[in-house]
Amino acid sequence: MIRFRETSQVRDFERIILPHLDAAYSLARFLVRNEQDAQDAVQEACLRAFRFYESFRGENSRAWFLKIVRNTSFTVLQRARKNEDEVVFDEELHSPESAQLDVGGQLDRDLDRQTVRAAIEELPAEFREVITLRELEDCSYKEIADIANIPVGTVMSRLARARRQLYLILSKNFPDATK
Amino acid sequence: MNHQEIQERIHPYVDGELDVANAREVELHLSACEECRALEQRIRALSSVLTASAPAYHAPAALRKNVRAALRKEAKPARQIGWWVFAAGAACALLLLVFALSQTTRAPREAIADDVVANHVRSLLATHLVDVASSNQHTVKPWFDGKVDFAPEVRDLAADGFPLVGGRLDYLQGKTVVALVYERNKHPINLFIVPASTNRAAAPSALTRRGYHLIHWTRGEMDYWAVSDLNAEELHQFAAHFAP
Repeated sequence: MIRFRETSQVRDFERIILPHLDAAYSLARFLVRNEQDAQDAVQEACLRAFRFYESFRGENSRAWFLKIVRNTSFTVLQRARKNEDEVVFDEELHSPESAQLDVGGQLDRDLDRQTVRAAIEELPAEFREVITLRELEDCSYKEIADIANIPVGTVMSRLARARRQLYLILSKNFPDATK
Repeated sequence: MNHQEIQERIHPYVDGELDVANAREVELHLSACEECRALEQRIRALSSVLTASAPAYHAPAALRKNVRAALRKEAKPARQIGWWVFAAGAACALLLLVFALSQTTRAPREAIADDVVANHVRSLLATHLVDVASSNQHTVKPWFDGKVDFAPEVRDLAADGFPLVGGRLDYLQGKTVVALVYERNKHPINLFIVPASTNRAAAPSALTRRGYHLIHWTRGEMDYWAVSDLNAEELHQFAAHFAP
């Protein structure tokens, strides 16, 4: 009978959280940029979410869960960064010019999935994060601010810079594309 | 709004994040300014490329399976007992209390030791050895502010050969606790800090569980549990340096 109770609590949690597993995996996958680390980060996030489930107040389960996924993913990244001596993210340094899309040619509207994925992965992690949340998961600025733990104003400026850089990469890859 | 201010609002405008009044103002400007219109079109072009190419990933079936299995393993019966067994539980608890009183504090200590080892192993297997990675005690200690209801003692033991790696939140005996991570010749040491149930200080004492060494001491109303695969002697040195 205790066994029954046990599974019912797990089921309750799964009913709320598992629908967000694709979003969670996609975010983790773009942040850590490899399949195995992304799986580890998501699995760890699920266990953490389960452990802290009682503290979840039931407003926005997706944002709550994605925040945990985001944190475990950055933990993985920070460890990798330490090994590779990757430079720490600097908003200005990574986008020295204006934040506006005043550059480059046209975009090929038929870019394939792999090209777009590769272009996103070229961005710094903090840009990958806002692009994934806004463009792929359709999060609001407020949700992104909660998940990434930054002010809404920073979401706005970071997203502008991230889009500019992504646009540059995608239009550079296809200089001939003038459709 | 001038041209510069409008430019900054085009992204939130396209994202539907502006209120009606602001959106109207941006629209008016767009109809008059070619440069801003070009910017708006590029943002929309990028979004439609991102939508059309559907770059988002899907969770592999193996992950879904692993998560479900891990959750079932994680769910401990003690956390799910319903009210309907409360009466039976209370009766058992009374019996246990009588038993426990005769056993002093040994039994709970054994149970905590098991959990400490389980947490240690999990921290190594999983991807979160630390939440805050820093060898600087003045970075690690403030990180816990507001996350736990006590101020943990964080010491820099690099000079003694136990560099600080970082800290994280963990869960022990139903409570959120502090875990500090130190290292000795690549052997990680987890030091769990938990508010003590008694303010009686206890000198370091050693235990062994599944090949891991543990040292437990109580000091300043805090329980300390150090655990590592390090040999017992070096772990004793660690405890001696942390609580001289």
